[in-house]
Amino acid sequence: MGINIIIGYILMFIGAFFFLASAIGLVRLPDLYTRMQAATKATTLGAISSILGIGLMKEEILVKSIILAVFIFLTAPISGSALIRASYKAKSPLTDKTVVDRLKEKEGETK
Amino acid sequence: MEKANYLSRVIFETIVLFLTWILLTESLATSELVFGLLIAVIISLGTANLFTEHGLAHLHPKRLFYLIIYIPYYIYQVIKANVQVVIIVLSPSLPIKPGIVKVKTNLKTDVGKLALANSITLTPGTITMEIEGEDVYVHWIKVDDESVEGATQSIVSPFEKFLKEIFQ
Repeated sequence: MGINIIIGYILMFIGAFFFLASAIGLVRLPDLYTRMQAATKATTLGAISSILGIGLMKEEILVKSIILAVFIFLTAPISGSALIRASYKAKSPLTDKTVVDRLKEKEGETK
Repeated sequence: MEKANYLSRVIFETIVLFLTWILLTESLATSELVFGLLIAVIISLGTANLFTEHGLAHLHPKRLFYLIIYIPYYIYQVIKANVQVVIIVLSPSLPIKPGIVKVKTNLKTDVGKLALANSITLTPGTITMEIEGEDVYVHWIKVDDESVEGATQSIVSPFEKFLKEIFQ
């Protein structure tokens, strides 16, 4: 068993762990915004880590898996931002633990 | 960074598309290269004005140098972000203190702001919600400092020093 196979398995294990943690986060966190934090962060690294792990185990798809990882890196945050902004416009409630909301202050000014 | 003319935009987009083509086909055969270059040029002629505003200026050696330093730094920040969110999620007391803070950026170009927003979204517990002029609104899962200056210091400044060199 080559060293690349071992590293591949480790990366895939890390990826699976981050997926699990993000699933737990979705259940435990109180409101949509904090859940988005768990969803966008953990799935990004989870997906990238799994893809690179598979790429390391099969050399013929290594370059393609790196390109895939780069595109996930570039696009995942954009969908995260768009979703969280849309939910704020749809007035999804913030949790009681929220300490400050500057966006509300701003939108109060313009009205 | 100034706006570039059409030719410079076309050449820049052709280079980017052609490199992507080579990486995707993983082949250096002449027929593949010629065909890829042809497609890259055709697409670039049509879409160069949408693709880039600054053209070849992006390939200035200083910008490339900072970009190459920025990538490992960015990856390090992403891993740190993930570990922190995992710790928050898994700790029994759920130590969150969420809030929406306002931060300021000095970046002027649209691409620079996009890069900043992406970087913020991928770092410790922060998601960009809105950019308006120089104000950036960020949802922060653990607010340490509610003031504009304090939040700017801890959210924006780690990235801005690199992005300023790359996109300004």
